[in-house]
Amino acid sequence: MAKITLSKLRHSYYPNPKSPSDYALKEVDLDWSDGGAYALLGPSGCGKSTLLNIISGLLVPSEGQILFDGQDVTALPPDQRNIAQVFQFPVIYDTMTVYDNLAFPLCNRGRDEDTVRRRVMDIAEMLEVTEMLDQKAAGLSPDNKQKISMGRGLVREDVNVVMFDEPLTVIDPHLKWKLRSKLKELHQRVKATMIYVTHDQTEALTFADQVVVMQQGEVVQIGTPVELFERPAHTFVGHFIGSPGMNILPCQLQAGTARFGDHTIALEGPIRGEATGETQIGIRPEFVSLSDSGLPATVTKVSDVGRHTVVECNANGTRINAVLEGAAQHNTPEKGVDVHLDFRRDQTRLYVDGWLATDPQTSTEAAR
Amino acid sequence: MKTENQKAWFFVLPVLVLVAFNALIPMMTVVNYSVQETFGDNVFFWQGLDWFEQILRSDRFHAALGRQFLFTFLILIIEVPLGIIIALSMPRKGFWVPVCLVTMALPMLIPWNVVGAMWNIFTLPDIGLLGYFLNHVLGITYDMTQNPLAAWVTIVTMDVWHWTSLVVLLSYAGLVSIPDAYYQAAKIDGASNWAVFRFIQLPKMKTVLTIAILLRFMDSFNIYTEPFVLTGGGPGNSTTLLSIDLVKIALGQFDLGPAAAMSLIYFAITLLVSWLFYTLMTKDDLN
Amino acid sequence: MQKRSIIPIVYILFLMLPIYWLVAMSFKTTNEILSGFSLFPQTFTLENYVTIFTDPSWYWGYINSIIYVSINTVISVAVALPAAYAFSRYRFLGDKQLFFWLLTNRMAPAAVFALPFFQLYSAVGIFDTHLAVALAHCLFNIPLAVWILEGFMGGIPKELDETAYVDGYSFPRFFGTIFIPSIKAGVGVAAFFCFMFSWVELLLAKTLTAVAAKPIAATMTKTASSAGYELGLLAAAGTLTIIPGAIVIWFVRNYIAKGFAMGRV
Repeated sequence: MAKITLSKLRHSYYPNPKSPSDYALKEVDLDWSDGGAYALLGPSGCGKSTLLNIISGLLVPSEGQILFDGQDVTALPPDQRNIAQVFQFPVIYDTMTVYDNLAFPLCNRGRDEDTVRRRVMDIAEMLEVTEMLDQKAAGLSPDNKQKISMGRGLVREDVNVVMFDEPLTVIDPHLKWKLRSKLKELHQRVKATMIYVTHDQTEALTFADQVVVMQQGEVVQIGTPVELFERPAHTFVGHFIGSPGMNILPCQLQAGTARFGDHTIALEGPIRGEATGETQIGIRPEFVSLSDSGLPATVTKVSDVGRHTVVECNANGTRINAVLEGAAQHNTPEKGVDVHLDFRRDQTRLYVDGWLATDPQTSTEAAR
Repeated sequence: MKTENQKAWFFVLPVLVLVAFNALIPMMTVVNYSVQETFGDNVFFWQGLDWFEQILRSDRFHAALGRQFLFTFLILIIEVPLGIIIALSMPRKGFWVPVCLVTMALPMLIPWNVVGAMWNIFTLPDIGLLGYFLNHVLGITYDMTQNPLAAWVTIVTMDVWHWTSLVVLLSYAGLVSIPDAYYQAAKIDGASNWAVFRFIQLPKMKTVLTIAILLRFMDSFNIYTEPFVLTGGGPGNSTTLLSIDLVKIALGQFDLGPAAAMSLIYFAITLLVSWLFYTLMTKDDLN
Repeated sequence: MQKRSIIPIVYILFLMLPIYWLVAMSFKTTNEILSGFSLFPQTFTLENYVTIFTDPSWYWGYINSIIYVSINTVISVAVALPAAYAFSRYRFLGDKQLFFWLLTNRMAPAAVFALPFFQLYSAVGIFDTHLAVALAHCLFNIPLAVWILEGFMGGIPKELDETAYVDGYSFPRFFGTIFIPSIKAGVGVAAFFCFMFSWVELLLAKTLTAVAAKPIAATMTKTASSAGYELGLLAAAGTLTIIPGAIVIWFVRNYIAKGFAMGRV
């Protein structure tokens, strides 16, 4: 277990980077505490795999430092960092048996046979692969192979951090949830710091205690899944998380109020700072409702997703989604109908240049 | 998945015609000759299996066969490990890769008689580059027209020069197909270079190595032109490999019967050993 | 550069040495060659090359070789394409046996066929023609081409065929405009190997020709055995035979690494 500190980390794959766009990682300063379960979430190309490889030591960063428990490990090779990494596709040694696969990292480090046996049996029991120990690894199904990959990572007692780089990519959908729960279970038993890289928000939000959202080489927000959902710090986070994502409406500021076309939209609270720059309103579809008064819009599409209904509307050329509870009913408007949209005030936020610019109203202010 | 379709035979027909024309008709001729005797004028007498017996008992055949097996054994034992080692040490990416591959492939595109002629003038004792170097610079007496050992070393070296690149290129193709993640995982697992070779690289190269070994076996076992141009089978008959002996009998002496019998035995041995090699190397895949 | 790069460097030097010697000798006079050893040509001369380019009995050797190699490559690849498609997509009676039989022909010692081919092709009346050598080489090249193409075709999913069929393509149109372009690397590799094998083979080419279609390989062996051992001329002729091969490799250099595994990695 270790506390991981990333300090002023920047990385470029080019030998002589000149502009910010040459950097895969722009600047990262992060602290990860012992034993936590973290997710690195972001679209392809956002730099999460780069960051992962820097932490594991497979990549040396162009600038900056990594500290494990305060010790600088930036130049230390992977096998001396006590980390384990699970890759996108199962990486196992085909010609060896499952037992030998699991024992391999320990044998390489010269552990005695009894210790090896004990650890392998422990891990095998944890992963529920004890019956397969004598089989050749090559003949297993992908999900079992991936379990062996994980097992190889966990078998060493001194593992500080376990990293997962999109490990469920090749797993059949109906087995994914099984492996996800297994991962969660492993985390509780092993108590190592675990970092899970993915572009799938479901995986990130179900696995992690804290999620680090990245975009284009920068960390955009860190928070618990609930925080990310309820208070996205950036329009990207709002848009990326949630299905459908947060609604973004372009707006203008006039005398401290936000206006969308002719309409004034009430915000959750006071606006921070000067608010110069591109201004947008963000509100999640779950907090948009249909009413008799409010922003006029026309329904363009109604999708019945079973447990709820997504109503897509068009207001002054901007698409706004509303999520209604339950399946579509007889009073759910149809395509082409004019409706009025109501935004729940405490969930309506202002974003300036993409970043959150309002604070929630405190009770004293509300009373005023 | 393949679908059943007997009309597929039409697709295969041109191939069948061309290959059968070249294979079946001559083979019938060969079988015909192998069981008959002729004294000329197209008059044939039935000989039964006499020619086969004669060949299989002949010392000359045994000697040529022995030389052939020795040659092929030496070739395989040198070229395969050497090829793998070279492939392992080649860069995986970058500008030098195509340069390496092109220069390594060059020897394989030289007409076989030119290969023989090239090594002939290369090894001439007093005026060839290697011959001069060995005899006059290093002081080793080297003349392959006089010394059977020198002749053997030369033909083996010539074949290594000629064909090792095939093993290199095939092994290399297998190596570059291994995803980086395997090497990364091995680093994390603390595996030694030997372990990486044994558990990651070698297993992943299995298919291409099988192709390489089979091809090298077949081609070295059937070799004719290069050693013939280089040594003519000599000195004496010390480098008379099986093909060379067969052509001597068939086209040189026009001994149709023995030549035909020998041809069939030769072909049968090649097929048998190839099949053995193939089965041994792919038996794990059948599981 | 890493230390282990020394291995490929040494190997490449080893490969280039005899070639250098051949080229160096081609620029020497026969006198200089026979009178002693010299690392570089002391009397640099082009007379060997001039002889080859001006003497029909020499340069026709090259032309003949190129002719029959080209014919063979075209025939082999052309007939191998439909056959490989059949093996790759269909099951039919005797398919495995047929494929195996084809491969056994690649294994056959050429020496076994020398005499029978001589008789067969004479009997058919095409002895000493380009076509004869081109056809004879088919024995080895067609199985190879089928094997290579089948390997590449295996990598193309059947769904492509089915989609084209649903879209209304006739089979010839599908094959020509969709399928073959999708395996063009395979076609290139197969053509490369056919060219290579036919260009380098001597025994059958020599056996089946006399004067009219005599390949350069046969012309060269004439020189080697005639009295007066014209080594310089021989070296020049040999050097020229390397050039077509070098050109071909240069063109396929980007495919060499992948293509060599013949689609079976």
